[in-house]
Amino acid sequence: MSEVLIETRNLKKYFPHKLGQVHAVDDVSLRICAGQTLGVVGESGCGKSTLGRAIIRLHQPTSGEVLYKGENILNLKGRDWRRVQTQMQMIFQDPYSSLNPRMSVKQLITEPLRVNHVAANKAELEERVRSTMELCGLPDRYDNVYPHEMDGGRRQRVGLARALALNPEFIVCDEPVSALDVSIQAQILNLLMDLQESRNLSYMFITHDLCVVRHISHQIMVMYMGQVVEYAPTDEIFENHAHPYTAALLSAIPTTDLSRRNRERVVLKGEVSNPINPKPGCRFAPRCPYASEKCNEPQNLTEIAPNHFVACHECAKQAGG
Amino acid sequence: MDMKKEKTTSSPQKKKSQAQLILIRFTKNKLAVIGLIVLVALMLTSLTAPLWLDYSKVTHQSVRESFQTPNAEHWFGTDQFGRDLFARVIYGGRISLFAGLVTIGIAFLLGIILGGAAGFFGGAVDTVIMRFTDILMSVPGILLSISIVAALGQGLFKMLIALSVSLIPRQARTVRSAVITMRGQEFVEAARTYGCSNFGILFRYIIPNVLGPLIVGVMMGLGGVILQIASLGYLGIGIAPPTPEWGTIISENQANIMYHMYLGIIPGLFIMIAVLSLNFVGDGLRDALDPKMKN
Repeated sequence: MSEVLIETRNLKKYFPHKLGQVHAVDDVSLRICAGQTLGVVGESGCGKSTLGRAIIRLHQPTSGEVLYKGENILNLKGRDWRRVQTQMQMIFQDPYSSLNPRMSVKQLITEPLRVNHVAANKAELEERVRSTMELCGLPDRYDNVYPHEMDGGRRQRVGLARALALNPEFIVCDEPVSALDVSIQAQILNLLMDLQESRNLSYMFITHDLCVVRHISHQIMVMYMGQVVEYAPTDEIFENHAHPYTAALLSAIPTTDLSRRNRERVVLKGEVSNPINPKPGCRFAPRCPYASEKCNEPQNLTEIAPNHFVACHECAKQAGG
Repeated sequence: MDMKKEKTTSSPQKKKSQAQLILIRFTKNKLAVIGLIVLVALMLTSLTAPLWLDYSKVTHQSVRESFQTPNAEHWFGTDQFGRDLFARVIYGGRISLFAGLVTIGIAFLLGIILGGAAGFFGGAVDTVIMRFTDILMSVPGILLSISIVAALGQGLFKMLIALSVSLIPRQARTVRSAVITMRGQEFVEAARTYGCSNFGILFRYIIPNVLGPLIVGVMMGLGGVILQIASLGYLGIGIAPPTPEWGTIISENQANIMYHMYLGIIPGLFIMIAVLSLNFVGDGLRDALDPKMKN
């Protein structure tokens, strides 16, 4: 495998709340290699967006480490931080609110370059904006077009161009296609994958759409209430998933295969419990059909197959024999 | 096919600069253009008054000529002292218009800075600024102006400061709430991902997006300012007589308006026209600055 680009170690992000602390991201360790995509899935509010934002320090993590090429970046300041920051960009979910309505397409894409003074002169600046726009399928007639004059897909291309302008190595994609209709989703996903190939980009792809994540990811991380429940290569997750929560998620994928339409659905009961000061132990236990006494103890991520980690004592026991 | 291609490419391919687009949008609004012309005309006449209208006419008194209705010699008639109302109104515009514009200008700028800082940074900065404006707001505007003038002394410049200070709290509050709604937008977060500074975010991302309603609000405030200048004059702490100023002209003729209506109507009309034009200009400016408006 290629070089590890981004690594987190026991990353935590707690938000203060009047009743205690919201454990949005709790003890997440992950690795993303250069040119690879990590898909992060989980239901709404499970902390996937917070995780993405914590890695690029949009939210300063409470504790833990984020390593960029082996260097902890959480305490970097000034010029050192700038250097790393420009290598880690983000694409947002809502292509409507993530673009400043007062700026034209060209201005929007120029912004990151202007702020970081990366171009030596006007001609170079122009040239970089032009090549980035071309890369994202935006011809120069869009220069003076404003976000409200474009459709969602084009806007998302602008969002992507803005993220790419600084030539980053790592991009956090926070549900970049969930606000788009299916045909446009495919366009944007293909664009992302083409760019990954040509520029050796690494993505952290946050989504709740399992079909999308299978298409684009090399590895998948399943999160539940701020914690990792299962972490494995994509094919492994889809074929040999172990955790009951992953099973429930996967069984919710709609199928067009008529022979499988009567397949068994794992329907979860109850609701996500309160993320404020959660008890130790498995957070999924209250909804888990196989819950037992042992689930009240803290669960450790155990490697049950090569690169396949599960945070469930039961799964670990079964795999172990 | 060729025709179609032509059409799809021609509409977005506008190589006009932002300033040109703003100008085009502004001129689309006929009322705003008329307002601007009227306003400029008013300002020019009062500014150039010393060149074509003798200042002595403003203060020259003659009991024989008192209470003349508008006629060929005295276009707007004369007041109880026989002073020429036309000269007084024209010279009065010098003070009313410029004092008004300067006051709202100061209030606008300081309101944006204070409200912007309070809304953007929140926390202690917000608390300090907002409690400060609360204190200012707890004192009635006119009383505040009186106290400030009493503390600083009389004079046009000091009166401007007094009036601006009484306008700032409301302006700051409007800006603050507008900034707070903008602060949570994703494009602000996006600006942080590529390292835009707080200052840059506030002035390049947030303020431009809240400017529209602020401009209208502040233009609306001008009428109030002109009237406040008048009330201060009436209370004897604004512009000292016999210097004319639109509000003062009305207040000094107040006792005679019953029988000599033109004494109130004419200066009143000038105030109204000035305020109205400014409101139109404000409306036009708000739309012109908004790229969402059609070109």
